[in-house]
Amino acid sequence: MNWLARYNDWVAILLMMIGLYAIVGRKNLVKKLIGLSLFQTGIFLFFISIGKVDGGTAPVYFEPAGRDWVRYSNALPTALILTGIVVSVSTLAVALAITVSLHRAYGTVEVDEIEKADQDAPS
Amino acid sequence: MNAGHLAALAFLLPLLGTALVVLCGRRPNLREAMTILTGLATFVLVASLVPRLHAGESIRMDFFEVLPGLPLAFDVEPLGLLFALVASGLWILTSCYSIGYMRAHHEEHQTRFYAFFAIAISCAIGIAFSGNVFTLFLFYEALTLSTYPLVTHHGSEAAAKAGRAYLGILVTTSVAFLFTGIVWTWIIAGTVEFRPGGILQGKTNPLTAAVLLGLYVFGTGKAAVMPFHRWLPNAMVAPTPVSALLHAVAVVKAGVFTVLKVTVYVFGIDFLRETGASAWLAWVAAATMILAGLVALTRDGLKERLAYSTISQLAYIVLGAMVAHRLGIIGGALHIVAHAFGKITLFFCAGGILVATHKTKVSELDGLGRTMPVTMSAFFLASLSVIGLPPFGGSWSKLLLAMGAVQAGHAPLAWLLLAGSLLSAAYLLPISARAFLAPPKDDHRQEAPAMCLGPICFTTAGALALFFLSNPIHRLLEGIR
Amino acid sequence: MLRHNLPALIVVVPLLGGILTPILFRRGARPWAWATFVVASTFALSVALLLQVRGVLPAWSAYPSYPMGSWPIPWGIELRLDPLGAFVLVIISLVATVVTFAARRSLEREIPEDRRHFFYAVWILCITGFLGITITGDAFNVYVLLETASLASYILVGMGRDRDRRALKASVNYLLLGSIGACLILLGIGYIYMVTGTLNMADMAARLGEIRAKWEGGEMIYRRTVMVAVAFFAVGIGLKLALFPLHAWLPDAYTYAPSMASALLAGISTKVGAYVAMRFFFTVLGPEVSFRPIPTGTILQWCAAAGIVYGSLMALRQTEVKRILAYSSVAQVGYIALGIGIATPTGLQGSIVHLLNHAITKSGLFVALAAVALQAKGTTLVDLRGLGRRMPVTMAAFTAGGLGLIGIPMTAGFVSKWYLVKASIEQGLILPVVAVVVGSLLALAYVWRVVEAVYQPSADPGVREAPWSVVVSTWILIGASLFFGLHATLTSRLSLEAAHALLRGGP
Repeated sequence: MNWLARYNDWVAILLMMIGLYAIVGRKNLVKKLIGLSLFQTGIFLFFISIGKVDGGTAPVYFEPAGRDWVRYSNALPTALILTGIVVSVSTLAVALAITVSLHRAYGTVEVDEIEKADQDAPS
Repeated sequence: MNAGHLAALAFLLPLLGTALVVLCGRRPNLREAMTILTGLATFVLVASLVPRLHAGESIRMDFFEVLPGLPLAFDVEPLGLLFALVASGLWILTSCYSIGYMRAHHEEHQTRFYAFFAIAISCAIGIAFSGNVFTLFLFYEALTLSTYPLVTHHGSEAAAKAGRAYLGILVTTSVAFLFTGIVWTWIIAGTVEFRPGGILQGKTNPLTAAVLLGLYVFGTGKAAVMPFHRWLPNAMVAPTPVSALLHAVAVVKAGVFTVLKVTVYVFGIDFLRETGASAWLAWVAAATMILAGLVALTRDGLKERLAYSTISQLAYIVLGAMVAHRLGIIGGALHIVAHAFGKITLFFCAGGILVATHKTKVSELDGLGRTMPVTMSAFFLASLSVIGLPPFGGSWSKLLLAMGAVQAGHAPLAWLLLAGSLLSAAYLLPISARAFLAPPKDDHRQEAPAMCLGPICFTTAGALALFFLSNPIHRLLEGIR
Repeated sequence: MLRHNLPALIVVVPLLGGILTPILFRRGARPWAWATFVVASTFALSVALLLQVRGVLPAWSAYPSYPMGSWPIPWGIELRLDPLGAFVLVIISLVATVVTFAARRSLEREIPEDRRHFFYAVWILCITGFLGITITGDAFNVYVLLETASLASYILVGMGRDRDRRALKASVNYLLLGSIGACLILLGIGYIYMVTGTLNMADMAARLGEIRAKWEGGEMIYRRTVMVAVAFFAVGIGLKLALFPLHAWLPDAYTYAPSMASALLAGISTKVGAYVAMRFFFTVLGPEVSFRPIPTGTILQWCAAAGIVYGSLMALRQTEVKRILAYSSVAQVGYIALGIGIATPTGLQGSIVHLLNHAITKSGLFVALAAVALQAKGTTLVDLRGLGRRMPVTMAAFTAGGLGLIGIPMTAGFVSKWYLVKASIEQGLILPVVAVVVGSLLALAYVWRVVEAVYQPSADPGVREAPWSVVVSTWILIGASLFFGLHATLTSRLSLEAAHALLRGGP
């Protein structure tokens, strides 16, 4: 198996792992959300990349000149990911709204400070 | 109305009684009358089934299917009818006794008490009449739940702790062992119906049968087979009528009844004899019998001593079932009745002593024979019945149990039965001896309340009568196949 | 025309209803009334669908397939109806209707008025998402609707911030973990797409069947890809299902959400997660693919057993009753996963029946707790002391629901346990039996802690019984759990049908 030929997989994995680390390892909520975005972006890139057909052109219909057939890349993953991006953006929007709310309630977006405030306050 | 409907009505009547008791909660006399009336009606209904059973009528009632293939059904047979008679009959007496006790002791929450009492009796009748193991299990669990408020009646911390142990041990054993055993039986036999000769014949090997029977016996926590017996002495914190209910009428008898019924109608006596699957449990029962008797010797609390005595006596019945012989079964069934009358008298007397003199320990009972002659005489006579001496009912049942053990080839167990009787003499007779022979500690003459003495005399007479009237019971039990 | 388009209507009606809520129904009790009406109509639609599945009502022409917008399958999105789906639809819409009906006073207390119409909009959209997941036949559609429902749930949880600001952190955690889970599911879908070239679940099943046939013939094409897909599905769905050890978001989310939102989510969200698991593992991938090469079944059983024990033990340690119920949900999800892991008709029957039983029992318990939150100071064990006297009807329902969690005969919980234990003994497995038994006993312990507190001598004389709408709703749900405990024939047959349909594999 040619490891280098599947570079799209490697890029996607790299982005996903960076994103996952940011979600888990970072204490700032905004950074966590950036991590989530990275994670999702990695997945999206992976999906889009599997749609590429060898020698295929962009999946936009046009009349071929001098040929009676055209090889297109697969349009479906791109369409799918458009939907996925919408979902991702909505998630991010909700997440940011909650973050703003958290900041109003606690005065910080650092997770450890929030936890400390919860522990100190009477329940 | 066919007999099946009568049986269903007998089950529903105590529930109706509950509703009536709750409705009449504000007027104690009316409320008590409701309990007594319901008890009488239930007993009459149950008794009316006896001639029908003798005539060979099938007394079945299929209610509805709970799960596919698992109906809620009644199917009355001799063992069940006997248990139902004992339960409904002694309910009347316990209710009379309770009236005297609860009022003299100024107990609170009496409506709740009588209401749950009635529900418990209904569950006991449900167990007695059940036509398959599933129905029995359903009512068995319901009995545990409905007697919980009775055990924790006083609301004290000790009562709560006892209630937790009660619920903990009974539900644990029933879920871990009994439930698993029932599902397993369902898988092996394809049915859980009670049938003459059992449903496992030819379907499984001796080892599986032995394990399965063990699941049933240990899963029936109400039979108080060691090591799952602790709930019984713990429950002594409840008011005495509850102890009477627990020890004579409903709960423990439901436990040993379950063991008997499963032995005869799920496994079958012949199947057990062929496979020898029950032999190990006979020894477990014998060990329980002896150990509980020994512990009873060391207990100074009167009710506690009686509790361990009950554990010991219940083991007799389990032993009778496990020797896999017809005489053992009949002896066990007779013992259900004999022990019920004997033990309920002992508990009634204990309650009477508590109410009259506030004494709870054996060591305090010196000379009580002078000040409470009726109570202590009844106590003495009932002790004789429990020990198994003629002319009391307990003698027949112990004789049959011993004969069953011998004929099944377990002669050593018969010797252990004798040893158990000697032990019971050792822990019961000194009480009466001290009461009548030792000088009294104080000299005020006060008998138990009148409403208590009546039932006491009745049950004592019953224990005596059982010696002479064992024939009708025997005839009823002939029907066991 | 109506009955020809029921599958589409059951998604479109609440979708439009939800969108219209903040536009047309803003003031007073109107959002609530409208929401109840919309959700109740979905219940009616789901019952009609169930009748169509059973053959009582005539179905549409292309039954069981419904091409959305008349685009031909497998290129268009297909809505598909089968026994399992219809059953789950009824469960979801029933629970949703009752909880929405009960929610009025509780939400009036907990959500500020200027946001209440938005809250109800999100509430309806959440239900829309879950309903859609259940009826869709397209894998990517599952992802989209799952995220719709999840987003709505994050918002619902976060709106508890007016009562307790810890709801915000709970919501963020839920969001982060839930999104990761959904992305993993998306990855799984992607891998299956790579192998089969289609997103339609029935088509996937057919193509995977061909591939599986090649495996049996010795040609191991795409094996690694499919295995990776199974792994991603397992973890992703496990996160949505709150299967141990992927359950961390659940306790906080259920505790700090508005009381009625907890009732809704507890009754529905994990159940739909279980439905998705059954769909993917059995219908799309097929039991041989899902459970043979990787021992997914065994892993599920172990995680489920661990979840049952862990959830119940944690429930024992809590003093806040909502938290006790939340950890109890972790344990109950374990039961469902246990049945999936056993993967026999009886095992699946137990899981599917438990879907119903837990949904109605747990939501009934949460509604009862919401009544307590409405009337008393709070919902800790101390706050519940003596309420057996003050709120007898509500607390009776709570006790009955608790008995259902333990699995006492005569309750619905017993029926599920019966089938789960039967399935394990039939397969000769000990672990599930031990897990079920230990779970019941621990449930006895933590339920009894609450029951003992409730029936202690009364402490607070100011508390009165809850409004009748809440009490009636609790009793509808708990009453249903008692009813289905005594008359389990209908649910048993329905779930067995569904189980057989699942195990036959394919559409």
